Amino acid sequence: MSTEQEQRTIRCLVAKVGLDGHDRGAHVIARAFRDAGFEVIYSGLHKSPDDIVQAAVQEDVDVLGISILSGAHDTLVPKIMDGLGEYDAFEDTLVIVGGIIPEDDREELYEAGVAEIFGPGASMAETIEFVRENAPER
Amino acid sequence: MAGEDTLVDELLAGKHRALARVITKIENRSPGYRDLVSQLHDHTGDAEVIGITGSPGAGKSTLVDKMAATYRERGETVGVIAIDPSSPFTGGAVLGDRIRMGSNVGDMDVFFRSMSARGSLGGLSTATTDAVKALDAFGKDKVIVETVGAGQNEIEIVKTADTVAVLVPPGSGDDVQMLKAGILEIADIFVVNKADMDGADRTVMELREMVEMRDASPMAGHHGADAMASEDTEPADEETGWEPRIIETVAKTGEGVEEFLGTIADHTAWLTESGELESQTRKRYEAEIKTLLREDTAALLEEELAARGGLETYVDRVLDRKTDPYSVADELVAPIAACVRERRENGD
Repeated sequence: MSTEQEQRTIRCLVAKVGLDGHDRGAHVIARAFRDAGFEVIYSGLHKSPDDIVQAAVQEDVDVLGISILSGAHDTLVPKIMDGLGEYDAFEDTLVIVGGIIPEDDREELYEAGVAEIFGPGASMAETIEFVRENAPER
Repeated sequence: MAGEDTLVDELLAGKHRALARVITKIENRSPGYRDLVSQLHDHTGDAEVIGITGSPGAGKSTLVDKMAATYRERGETVGVIAIDPSSPFTGGAVLGDRIRMGSNVGDMDVFFRSMSARGSLGGLSTATTDAVKALDAFGKDKVIVETVGAGQNEIEIVKTADTVAVLVPPGSGDDVQMLKAGILEIADIFVVNKADMDGADRTVMELREMVEMRDASPMAGHHGADAMASEDTEPADEETGWEPRIIETVAKTGEGVEEFLGTIADHTAWLTESGELESQTRKRYEAEIKTLLREDTAALLEEELAARGGLETYVDRVLDRKTDPYSVADELVAPIAACVRERRENGD
């Protein structure tokens, strides 16, 4: 085993933000990511945008998956994006959102820097494939 | 992408992102990570490193959370490395320790990092040691390393700490049984967590008995399992030796945490006064150098093996009784040995 041999593993933070207690989806995706060979950090429930930023920065995750079903995405997600920017983590973190996001709100999230939105019906395989292909090169 | 020099500069300047990235490079063994760690070395040696281990569900993460919060109240900065197992099949892992860090969310001066024991990778203890160095160089006052105490690998990791605490949940004697298999020797402090549960008294008693038995054993000594203890390290004598303390805590409520931290401070003071700290540090660097040498020579041999067509062909020949494993090893090592000897004689 060489000490120079690189051993890269995709690291993800699965985050629940705000007053949204629906974590079944987050659990399912966390397990699916794990089984896909990723290292998954789960934030736990009811985190503030700052908490999520802290976790994303310290854990140096490649992917931040925000699960949100409360409808507060239009305020919470941009706050997270700003926070990532504050710590120079905006550029090389792939941010994806899962949950209930109305069609009308999507453009705004994309503009804020969200790479992709996975609504109800999105398949696990599709999500994992997206992460594999788009995880930032560092 | 910032080069390695600026990354180290940024880390030393206190940028969280740089610290996080350095640890990632250490974990991934990215090209150039060795230079990074080399540059950090000069800035290390100030942090107090505390290792926390114990069986799953003992309450390690919760206790670490309370420890970090208490240190922060005292104005000290804290780094935490929490190691979780990963699947040997997919390499994937869910690193769940962060969820328990409820008292410290939003506090950037607690730098919490989850690491996974990446499958077959033998270098976990190297990666942990290096990550501890990064936190140390960053200027953290206390660095806490948390790991499941399930095997030799974990014991190796915990040995990078100045003070090692082993958590024991109260209840069946089985947990204490488990401790016999090597964890007893590494504990400076036993923490009976969840001390409000039934059976805590009994667990404390059993531990006390075990500690006393250890004292009676001729094998006793600090971190007594160190087979490579060299001649110049004094045997721990009765006067100055450290007898493992037993502390009761209820991590969930924070009960006993102050006392626990006090005991850690006692141990640290003892380490300094007895000169044990110095000899421990020496031993640690000794072990680190040996590990690196082993890994590097193994890598060199693997390169040689690959150049000669890989291991398979040798295995085939051994199977056919054309050669044997010893001869294969000799054949591979001989040219390297010859080369090294020649250079040594030439005074290179």
